[in-house]
Amino acid sequence: MNVMNWQAVAPEIVLLVLACAVTLVDLFVKDSRRRPTYWLTMLGLAAVAGLHLGYFNAGQAGYAMNRMLVSDQMGHLLAFFATVSVGVTLVYGQHYAASREILKGELFSLSLFSLLGISIMVAGNHLLVLYLGLEVMTLSLYAMVALRRDNLMATEAAMKYFVLGALSSGFLLYGLSMIYGATGSLSVPEIFQIVAAGEINKQVMAFGLVFIVAGLAFKLGAVPFHMWVPDVYHGAPTVATLLIASAPKLAAFGICMRLLVEGLLGSAVDWQMMLIALAIGSLVLGNLAAIAQTNIKRMLAYSTIAQIGFVLLGLSCGVVGATAQSTGYSAAMFYMVTYVFTTLGTFGMIMLLAREGYEADTLASFAGLNRRSPLLAALMAIFMFSLAGLPPAVGFYAKLVVLQALIATGDSLYLGLAIGAVLLSLVGAFYYLRVVKVMYFDEPQDAAPLPVGGDARALMVANGLAVLVFGLLPGGLMNWCAQAVLNAVST
Amino acid sequence: MATQSFVLSSAIWLPIAFGLLLLLAGRDQHAGMVRWTALIGALIGLAATLPVVVGFDNGTAAMQFVEKTLWIDRFHVYYHLGVDGISMWFVPLTAFITVIVVLAGWEVITERVNQYMGAFLILSGLMIGVFSALDGLLFYVFFEATLIPMYIIIGVWGGPRRVYAAFKFFLYTLLGSLLMLVALAYLYNASGSFDIQAWHRLPLDAHTQTLLFFAFFAAFAVKVPMWPVHTWLPDAHVEAPTGGSVVLAAIMLKLGCYGFLRFSLPITPDASHQWAPLMITLSLVAVIYIGLVAMVQQDMKKLVAYSSIAHMGFVTLGTFLFSSLGIAGGLVQMISHGFVSGAMFLCIGVLYDRVHSREIAAYGGVVNTMPKFAAFAVLFAMANCGLPATAGFVGEWMVILGAVQHDFWVGLLAATALILGAAYTLWMVKRVYFGPVTNDNVRTLTDLNRREFWILGVLAIAVLWMGVYPKPFTDAMNASVNQLISHVGQSKL
Repeated sequence: MNVMNWQAVAPEIVLLVLACAVTLVDLFVKDSRRRPTYWLTMLGLAAVAGLHLGYFNAGQAGYAMNRMLVSDQMGHLLAFFATVSVGVTLVYGQHYAASREILKGELFSLSLFSLLGISIMVAGNHLLVLYLGLEVMTLSLYAMVALRRDNLMATEAAMKYFVLGALSSGFLLYGLSMIYGATGSLSVPEIFQIVAAGEINKQVMAFGLVFIVAGLAFKLGAVPFHMWVPDVYHGAPTVATLLIASAPKLAAFGICMRLLVEGLLGSAVDWQMMLIALAIGSLVLGNLAAIAQTNIKRMLAYSTIAQIGFVLLGLSCGVVGATAQSTGYSAAMFYMVTYVFTTLGTFGMIMLLAREGYEADTLASFAGLNRRSPLLAALMAIFMFSLAGLPPAVGFYAKLVVLQALIATGDSLYLGLAIGAVLLSLVGAFYYLRVVKVMYFDEPQDAAPLPVGGDARALMVANGLAVLVFGLLPGGLMNWCAQAVLNAVST
Repeated sequence: MATQSFVLSSAIWLPIAFGLLLLLAGRDQHAGMVRWTALIGALIGLAATLPVVVGFDNGTAAMQFVEKTLWIDRFHVYYHLGVDGISMWFVPLTAFITVIVVLAGWEVITERVNQYMGAFLILSGLMIGVFSALDGLLFYVFFEATLIPMYIIIGVWGGPRRVYAAFKFFLYTLLGSLLMLVALAYLYNASGSFDIQAWHRLPLDAHTQTLLFFAFFAAFAVKVPMWPVHTWLPDAHVEAPTGGSVVLAAIMLKLGCYGFLRFSLPITPDASHQWAPLMITLSLVAVIYIGLVAMVQQDMKKLVAYSSIAHMGFVTLGTFLFSSLGIAGGLVQMISHGFVSGAMFLCIGVLYDRVHSREIAAYGGVVNTMPKFAAFAVLFAMANCGLPATAGFVGEWMVILGAVQHDFWVGLLAATALILGAAYTLWMVKRVYFGPVTNDNVRTLTDLNRREFWILGVLAIAVLWMGVYPKPFTDAMNASVNQLISHVGQSKL
């Protein structure tokens, strides 16, 4: 019982040390480009990612820190992707941040602390640890949005994000306390056993569940808890937007798995219906509202809401049939991972096109991109087709696995949901196609030469190729997700 | 079929590789080099399909040139290719049309040449992929991916309403194929694989068959297009550049007809029989009503677009007669329409490049200034209305015979298409090519240059060859068509 198992949490410890080291080192950095800080962060992130990947490949599952944390394949895989995406975000955001005077040590240390929070969330085995991880992550993100304190939009976004985020954390905590009240335990596996045994106060449990799902829905940005998403995505500096839009989504998925599946599987019937309702709302509102947007960051925000709807559908159908046990979850995980990769590309592209005093966040700023840079236009088109779910981009397989999981339940409700979801993704195709239209069919409105930042551009090419290559050969990533979920569910 | 061959893979991936090369390396400053590279790529693509024609065994209905490699193990998806008598001719046809299209855009396209040529080469590989995929998911990937280059082609190099047409084309076809995706996922769950041939053998109850039939119908009817979901086609055709119209009419429409033969009929035979009267009715509406609509068009491209819909009506009619005459006739019609409609659009392109108008009224007496061109145009027009000894005749005749066998009245109604086809085609020919020269547009026309002459000449040979000696085409089909009919005859219930 009292096993610390330090080895299993080595990545988190390295990350913590790294975050502190970066904070300290940066005090002595005079360079305005913050190169030492940047490279130290990159090296550290590479090491952490390597550790996570190593643990994932080792394939063991066990507990650490007196069963406060769990070390399984799902946790390590999610943390690995989160680490990679934070690294990618910083590469994309370096020039962007420098031209907005927010390339300071805080940017790096806050990203690292938020990543630490994410790593704890996806590995939490205890309600309070999960909550603490969440708070570490969100507090860093609040500060990140507010980094540009003399910008009106950014401060407004930070305020909104903080107030609503704090509210949702309150919901979650309240829900957790009710679960504790009903089950008498804070440990996720113990809760699972107690719920499965059925000797609990159903009423308290149901209330707790409602609050937990509401809190999670806030973090995921699902309708009707989505109000903060467009405003924060729009108002925050794009580098902060990307930090919010990428890795934390993996964390939100992780915490959903830990709380709902590993802890409260016994009440699945209840939370599945809630997730379905959230999913329908998100798919409908996200897709329809995105059509009306002219600001591309807002459009992508609504598109995120719609994509989350798909993830929720995957999560909601995980346990219906015995054979489908893990397909729904691994489908949702695959969806989330591919979504994060694509999102890195889209917001990264906005940062690549931005320059001092120009945000490049309207649809018009993408006009005629094909004439200005065929390469960037082609990459952006790949991302858009991926989000729209068109083969051969990876987004297609993400939609496919979720649809397959829905249909595999053999339930006519889920079949109806599958048909509804594909029809709404047709609506989605319209606004993604509009970006392609603007880039290819329209004349450029902005003649300024594009910045040719070397590493960000090279990474963008790699990112686009990844979306395409995972589309041509999606099998490996699918297997990883399936294996990870199986490993997590079986512990 | 134990040995792996790479014939189909090279037919698919060589043009795509050339297309990607052009996208990456081509610049407008070196437009000449881009054009030659594209032509070489298209010719290599065509050469890669020749083994399919030469090595095809007419005696068997089994799949030939089979390639099978595990692709996505989690879903038992295979990279599984192969052709039989039904799909075989479309492979060289696609590559051939691509050569024509590259040549047709030679002087006309001056901006972003590399993207134009690259898009067509990639499209060519993708369409060959559709015809040769034997795995449901692989089929879907190719089927959907064709939308992307075509969307770009219409939107970038199209006419004034290109954006509207490109969106309409894309969303319309996507709607249908998304429903098919649900059907594919359902079939995967029912059978445990994405193997199309395994789906052919999969027993399904009547209710499921009906649902699947309509899911496939949604995808393929839009693509064909059948009345009443045809409205995207006139817009797409009119706005697309000449090359885009040619590929749309000659190949892309056939993807839908091919889908009926590969999916709907063999996977849901009972539902196909049950709903055949509806299909036959819709086909007849397309043949007759759309034929009448074509007659009143003022725009040449629109007229040919509507005539395409009417001709595709013949194909779907033949498909749902469940007789070897009907299905083989439909297939012949698909191939011949590939040549004829392609040639018709190229003729319009020749005129449009000179006058920049597609209105019939802007012309008159073209034969006086462009005698060589007029000779070709009249030949293709004759083929379009199904004159014997041209390609257009064989397929229509076979389908009409099949229809009479099936039901006299259906045959009679189908036969009216010959009259309507002659009416709208010949009336257009009269107004555009014959009569005295009425306006300055026509007076200043110059006749075909050497490039145009050779493009149309090659097509003319193909049209006549197919009309006089269609045996190679029908021979290759026979075994597969008979096998399909006997398979569809067996109930799955």
